[in-house]
Amino acid sequence: MSDEQSSVSDILEDNTYKYGFTTDVESETFAKGLDEDVVRRISKKKKEPQFMLDFRLKAFAKWKTMKAPKWPNVQYPSIDFQNISYYSAPKQKKVLESLDEVDPEVMRTFEKLGIPLDEQKKLANVAVDAVFDSVSVATTHKKKLMEVGIIFCPMSEALQEYPELVEQYLGTVVPVGDNFYSALNSAVFTDGSFVYIPPDTISPMEISTYFRINTEETGQFERTLIICAENSYVSYLEGCTAPQFDTNQLHAAVVELITLENAEIKYSTVQNWYAGDKETGKGGVYNFVTKRGKCQGNNSKISWTQVETGSAITWKYPSCILLGDNTSGEFYSVALTNGHMQADTGTKMIHIGKNTRSSIISKGISADHASNTYRGQVKVGKNATNARNYSQCDSMLVGDKSSAHTFPYIETANSSVQIEHEASTSKISEEQLFYFESRGISRENAIEAVISGFCKEVFKQLPMEFAVEAQKLLTLKLEDSVG
Amino acid sequence: MLEIKDLHASVEGNEILKGISLSIKKGEIHAVMGPNGSGKSTLAKILSGHPSYEATGGEILFEGKNLFDMDAEERSLSGIFMGFQYPVEVPGVNNAEFLRMAFNARRVRADEEEMDPLDFDELLSDKMKMLKMENKYKERSLNDGFSGGEKKKNEILQMAILDPKLAILDETDSGLDIDALRIVAEGVNSLRNENNALILITHYQRLLDYIKPDFVHVMHNGLIVKSGDKALAHELEAQGYDWVTAEN
Ligand SMILES: Nc1ncnc2c1ncn2[C@@H]1O[C@H](COP(=O)(O)OP(=O)(O)O)[C@@H](O)[C@H]1O
Ligand SMILES: [Mg+2]
Repeated sequence: MSDEQSSVSDILEDNTYKYGFTTDVESETFAKGLDEDVVRRISKKKKEPQFMLDFRLKAFAKWKTMKAPKWPNVQYPSIDFQNISYYSAPKQKKVLESLDEVDPEVMRTFEKLGIPLDEQKKLANVAVDAVFDSVSVATTHKKKLMEVGIIFCPMSEALQEYPELVEQYLGTVVPVGDNFYSALNSAVFTDGSFVYIPPDTISPMEISTYFRINTEETGQFERTLIICAENSYVSYLEGCTAPQFDTNQLHAAVVELITLENAEIKYSTVQNWYAGDKETGKGGVYNFVTKRGKCQGNNSKISWTQVETGSAITWKYPSCILLGDNTSGEFYSVALTNGHMQADTGTKMIHIGKNTRSSIISKGISADHASNTYRGQVKVGKNATNARNYSQCDSMLVGDKSSAHTFPYIETANSSVQIEHEASTSKISEEQLFYFESRGISRENAIEAVISGFCKEVFKQLPMEFAVEAQKLLTLKLEDSVG
Repeated sequence: MLEIKDLHASVEGNEILKGISLSIKKGEIHAVMGPNGSGKSTLAKILSGHPSYEATGGEILFEGKNLFDMDAEERSLSGIFMGFQYPVEVPGVNNAEFLRMAFNARRVRADEEEMDPLDFDELLSDKMKMLKMENKYKERSLNDGFSGGEKKKNEILQMAILDPKLAILDETDSGLDIDALRIVAEGVNSLRNENNALILITHYQRLLDYIKPDFVHVMHNGLIVKSGDKALAHELEAQGYDWVTAEN
C-alpha cells in the first residue's frame, strides 16, 4: 500500500511543468518596442540580402494597417506590441565554427530537455536544429544530410548561403499580408529552420527543430520553410517548451511547406509550451501560428500531425492548398486543454486541382475549466472535379466544467465533390476509471488506455518514439483532472 | 476469508448500510437476496472499494487484513473481484487488450513475467469457448454497445481470466436469457474450488438452482434481516419478501 501511494504521488509531482526552468545566459536583447527602425536593425544584424529587407518592410507596412483577429473562440487581454522585445540572442563572438563554441549553458539546457546536441550524445536518427529564443544555436547531422544533397540549416544561414532558393519560395504559401500574426512574423522573424530536399531523394533520417523560449519579454517569431522537390520525401518533427513565467509570451511562427511533383512532406508537432498556472491561469504562451503547405506539383502530398498539449492559448490551422492534380492533404490532430487553457485549432483544405483528396481527423480533449474549439474549412474550387474530403471531429470532456465546440465550414463550387463529416462527443468518467482499478489496473494506466484509444488514429501517424512521448504527456496532464 | 463486522456505510451523506455482519470461509457460496434498494449493490461497492461509497463504521477483514487500508486496485490485486450490476462502457479500449492489462497487472504483482499477446490470446480463446462467446468480442471496445446479457458474460469472462479468491457477483443473472444463464452458471461453477469463495447477489431463485449456495441472507433497509440455508431461498420465492421484511 505505501509503495502504491508513493508511486501515485510521484506521478502527481511530475505533473507540474518540468520544463519550467530558465537558463542564465548572456544575451543581446533589443529594447522593447516596434517600428520600422527595429525591422531594419534586425535585418542588418543578420546581414540579410536586400530582398529580405524589402520583404520585411512590406510586411511591416501591411501589419500596421491590420488588426488582431477577433473571431477565434478565445479570450485574452489585447497585447501591447510595444512592450515586447523583438530580438534576443545568446551572445556569441562570431560565426560559430563548431558546437564547442556554443554557450555551454545553452547546450546544457537542451540536454536537460532531452535533446543532446554535442557530437558524442546527439540523437542518432534525428537531425536537430535547436532554436534558443530567436536564434538557431546548433544544427546536428548537417554534413551527413549534405552528402545526399539535403540542405538543413537555420533560416539566417540559408539567407547567406542559398538566397536564391529562399527568395524563390519564401512567402509563396503564406503571403506577407496573409493575417495579422503572419504579417508581424514576416516583418520581425529572427530565425527558424530551412530544409531543401533535392529531386529523387528520400531523407535518410527524421529532420527536426526544437524551439525553446528562454527570455520573459521577448516574442518568439520563427520562420520555417521546407521545400521537397520532385519524387522526394521528408518527415519533419517539431518540438517546443518554455520556462514558467507569470507573464505571457507571444509565439507567432510561420511555417511554409512546398511539395513539387510526386513529393511528400510529413510534418509532425508535439507542442508543449508552458500553459500558465493550472489554478489561476496566470502566465503561459500565446501560440498564434500560421502553418500552411502547398501541394504545388501533381500527385504530391502533405500531411500534418499535431499533438497540442501546452500554451495558454493556441490559435492555429495547419492547412493544405491542393493545387496540383491528384494531390492530397491530411490533418491529424490531438489538442488537449486543461487548467485554464484555450485552444481554437483545426485546418483548412483548399481543393483547387482535380481528383484532390483531403482527410481531417481531429481529437479534442478538454479538462478542468478549459475550452477546446475545432474550426475547419473545406473549400472546393470550380475546377476541382472529383475532389473528396473526409472529416471526423471527436471531442472528449473530462469533468463538467470544460467545454468543446466544433465549427466545420464547407464551401464548394463544384458538384462532383464528395464530402463526409462525422462528429462525436464523449466523456472520460470516474466510473470508467473505477472499472479499471477494480480489475487491478492503475489509474495512470487506465487514463492512458482510454486516451490512447481515443487518439489512436492520430498517434499512429507519429514516429514511434514521438507517439510514446505524446501519450505519456497527455496522461500526465490529465492525471488530476479526471473526477 | 472475509469478515464483515457491524458495517455502516453511506453514499452522499445518506446512511445506506446500517450494521451488516457476515463471515465467509474458503469454499463457501453465500447468496444475498432482498428487495430493490435494500443495499445489496452498496455492499458490493464497499467491498470493491468504490470511492463514492464511504464506510462510516465497523470493519472488514480480508484474509486478516483491514480492507479499508487498501484502494480498489490493491483489493483487486489481492484477489477480490466484483462482477458489476451495470458494467460501464469504455469506447476505444480493446476488450482483449483490457483483459490482458488486468491479467498482467496480477502477474507483475506476483513478480512473474507479463504474458505476451499471443500466449494470452490462447488463454482468452479457451475461456471464451467455455462461455460460448464469439471471437469478435475480443476485438470490440470494452462493453461498448454490448447488450445487457453480453456485458454480464463479459464480466464472467474477466472473472475467469483473473481467477479471484473472492468473487462478488452483483445480479449477474439479470439480463441473461435462460440459455445464457445456464452457460454463465456452468462457467462460474467450473471456476469454483475449495480455496475460493463466492457472494451471489440476486433477486431470483433461478440462479440458485444452478449455483447452489451454502448460505442465504436476506437484506432489507441496509440490514441482514434473515439468514439460513438454501431452503430460505425457496421460501422467499414462494412467499415474497414481505414475509421477512414485515417482521422488521
Ligand atoms: N450513488 C448513489 N447515490 C445516491 N444514492 C444511492 C447511490 N447508490 C445507491 N443509492 C441508494 O442506496 C440505496 C441502496 O441502493 P442499492 O445498494 O443499489 O440497492 P440494491 O442493490 O439492493 O437494489 C437506494 O436507496 C439507493 O437509492
Ligand atoms: Mg443492486
